[in-house]
Amino acid sequence: MPALTHLDRLEAESIHIFRETVAEADRPVMLYSIGKDSAVMLHLAKKAFFPAPLPFPLLHVDTGWKFRDMYALRDKVAADPAIDLIVYKNPEAERLGINPFDHGPAHTDMWKTEGLKQALDKYGFDAAFGGARRDEEKSRAKERIFSFRDRNHRWDPKRQRPEIWSLYNVRKNKGESVRVFPISNWTELDVWQYILREKIEIVPLYFAGDRPVVERDGLILMVDDDRIPLNGETPQVRRVRFRTLGCYPLTGAVDSSACTVEEIVAEMLVTTTSERQGRAIDRDAGAASMEKKKQEGYF
Amino acid sequence: MNAPADVAKWLAEQERKELLRFITCGSVDDGKSTLIGRLLYDTKQIFDDQLSTLEADSRKHGTQGEGIDFALLVDGLSAEREQGITIDVAYRFFASEKRKFIVADTPGHEQYTRNMVTGASTADLAVLLVDARKGVLTQTRRHSYLAQLLGIRHFVVAVTKMDLVDFDQAAFDAITADYRIFAEKIGIADWTAIPVSGLGGDNVGERSARMPWYQGPSLLEHLDTVPLDAAADAQKPFRMPVQWVNRPDQSFRGFAGQIASGTVALGTDVRVLPLGRITRIARIVTADGDLDEAIAGQSVTVTFADEVDCSRGDVIVAAADPPEVADQFEAAIVWMDEHELIPGRGYWLKLGTQMVTATVHHPKYEVNVNTLEHLAAKTLGLNGIGIAEIATDREIVFESYTVPDGPPNRALGGFILIDKLTNATVAAGMLHFALRRAMNIHRQHLDVSRETHATLKGQKPAVLWFTGLSGSGKSTIANLVEKRLVARGRHTFLLDGDNVRHGLNRDLGFTEADRIENIRRVGEVARLMADGGLIVLTAFISPFRAEREMVRKMLPEGEFIEIFVDTPLGEAEKRDPKGLYAKARAGEIKNFTGIDSPYEVPDDAEIVIDTTTMRAEDAADFIVEELLKRR
Repeated sequence: MPALTHLDRLEAESIHIFRETVAEADRPVMLYSIGKDSAVMLHLAKKAFFPAPLPFPLLHVDTGWKFRDMYALRDKVAADPAIDLIVYKNPEAERLGINPFDHGPAHTDMWKTEGLKQALDKYGFDAAFGGARRDEEKSRAKERIFSFRDRNHRWDPKRQRPEIWSLYNVRKNKGESVRVFPISNWTELDVWQYILREKIEIVPLYFAGDRPVVERDGLILMVDDDRIPLNGETPQVRRVRFRTLGCYPLTGAVDSSACTVEEIVAEMLVTTTSERQGRAIDRDAGAASMEKKKQEGYF
Repeated sequence: MNAPADVAKWLAEQERKELLRFITCGSVDDGKSTLIGRLLYDTKQIFDDQLSTLEADSRKHGTQGEGIDFALLVDGLSAEREQGITIDVAYRFFASEKRKFIVADTPGHEQYTRNMVTGASTADLAVLLVDARKGVLTQTRRHSYLAQLLGIRHFVVAVTKMDLVDFDQAAFDAITADYRIFAEKIGIADWTAIPVSGLGGDNVGERSARMPWYQGPSLLEHLDTVPLDAAADAQKPFRMPVQWVNRPDQSFRGFAGQIASGTVALGTDVRVLPLGRITRIARIVTADGDLDEAIAGQSVTVTFADEVDCSRGDVIVAAADPPEVADQFEAAIVWMDEHELIPGRGYWLKLGTQMVTATVHHPKYEVNVNTLEHLAAKTLGLNGIGIAEIATDREIVFESYTVPDGPPNRALGGFILIDKLTNATVAAGMLHFALRRAMNIHRQHLDVSRETHATLKGQKPAVLWFTGLSGSGKSTIANLVEKRLVARGRHTFLLDGDNVRHGLNRDLGFTEADRIENIRRVGEVARLMADGGLIVLTAFISPFRAEREMVRKMLPEGEFIEIFVDTPLGEAEKRDPKGLYAKARAGEIKNFTGIDSPYEVPDDAEIVIDTTTMRAEDAADFIVEELLKRR
């Protein structure tokens, strides 16, 4: 029998993590953000429990500001009768009309951070799968695969449980919940290779296309609908794609002509900026901004 | 290489890459972060925006003046940047032409032994950093010992900061000679010393022109050629701990798990341990279609040819070559919690997918990780490493962690201990051997069962566990309950301080450890009596939740009935029937519950008696009524 490749090993490890969580948690859920990492995670979860259907629902914490193509794929995924998708929107953010243009950092805080906490509390989920990877960002590199949150959903980097061998301690104290990151040990390249190998469907925005964009503060923003205020700007049609997807007014595109996964990988090999660079969120508060957001309960 | 065909070829090559996991050990000043930063940089894992952040950070926090401080690239958390140290395990990823690497980057100072053990637990190789100016230090020996303890077999001694000794061969040779003596002493056979400079990149990715006297490989070249543990795991006998039973409907019943060692094929004869039932593999199911064969490391779902009971915690093994099953072991234990080990207390033990209650005896000795001396020890504190006997409340499937001339049995030899109250992971352990072989597989069934005993007495056994402060009224109420039960023709027995402390437990005092042992013995006796069909009443302060939970776990579900005799401290002290509170207040009695030792109130006792509102007789009637309702 041929030896397992790097990708085989990563897949087997992720499946092991999914099964441990389902065996030991009371009420697991998968956070589904519609991006490529979520797509890979969903694919792995289906494999972990085959031929049984997914033993947990998907949760999309929505902001109302995702790209239209993202909603289209989400609805397609949810159309599978074997998938139970919950969409949650923070009612307070909805009432106040929180948006990325008028409210700055409050947009992410209220829709995503608060929305996630509310949804987890409302449904009583005690374990939430997330698609974060350790190669994404420095504070992620130190986070455990099973990462505990106190009753206020806060992360304390100094009180992390040691994770030895592949023995995960999933036991929780009252009020605690756990975020589980099954693809912690994957890199961006691994994710693309896996999408290619497994023919996983992803949002078309990852591939280059001619799209109307404006350029602000060095970010190339797509004019996905007419809610984006144009201050005398005229959208230009540029051939762009996205390396990461979030709320469209906060997600920068890159100039690209890569239309296939192979071309994306080829582009990556010569690329000189990391994936999170298109995210306005990391720059909010300087060097430690992601760590700070995580302590506050951001995923 | 933008042509799709080239990329496809390149991707195919990527696909074939192997995975090597290693750990780097060294202290704050050994240039460890700089070395890793350099490895990432040399293998192009650093992007421009990270580099520009790095340049900005270097000016703010760096130690290299205007130069780039590679260490900042890997020191992730802001808390540790301020302190200038690495405080936790961080994982890094990079790749060479041949392999992908996962690096566990762990701090070297002594108080974080725990993190090094965590990083070493999954590593094939350890890179030990030795500062060329300082030579082999105590910490170098400590790191070598810890890595070896966790079963790592391949070592690199990276002699760093060679630029600061003018790339001098003599400095390198002296360190190599020093380490050779130590390696021989502790039995490290496979090690390679490499002179490097992280700052200049010498002998990191490529061989250095500045050290022509060094003929060996660069660090990266060496990492590309070390044999992998995974290859050896595939050669061992088949073992697969069952994680989850996959039963979507009546027509399918599969057992999901990750293969720990060996290979399995259709028709393979297997045993399901610990009970040892034998069957054959009917299917190996994956989402990509059934397999004919599967190998160590794969996550699969198997089905059996026969209807055989199997659930989470069982281990499916090669029928002809099964591992042992036992309930008493010798083990090496690394303590990882601020609260020290309490010998005799029940902890959760997780090994593979098996979760049992385990108690740890007083350590035989503790190892001084700096001198490797064996020291007498009563317990183990944070970062303490010791050898101790442990006992589990039921038999578990295991293998010795250490394998001569092979990678360790991580999956069935390594375990963690979990505190039952805080749920913290308090220790990691490695099983050495079973103290006596359990006879489980061929166990004789006793003809007279506990059901026989109970049926003969016409009752359902139970343990009525009265807990509360001294003077709360436990014994008084328990006595009244026993009289009422006997009047109804029940077979009972009352255990209290008077008939236990003077005989069975007369060797025990009142320290925390002794009080725990006291309760453990009472629990065991109560269980035996319940096995004999009796309704047992116990009246002990039993102040710690963990011990009450331990006894609860000894008994079948529903047979342990915790009765909290709730009397406020002020009230109990006012009654003070034996004058004990007065003595405790006067300092004549130490460790007295409520005064200078805590009482942990039960969270969910089956019955709570508030003695400030209920007379003892009424309480006894109430308890008997509750008991009858439960039958």
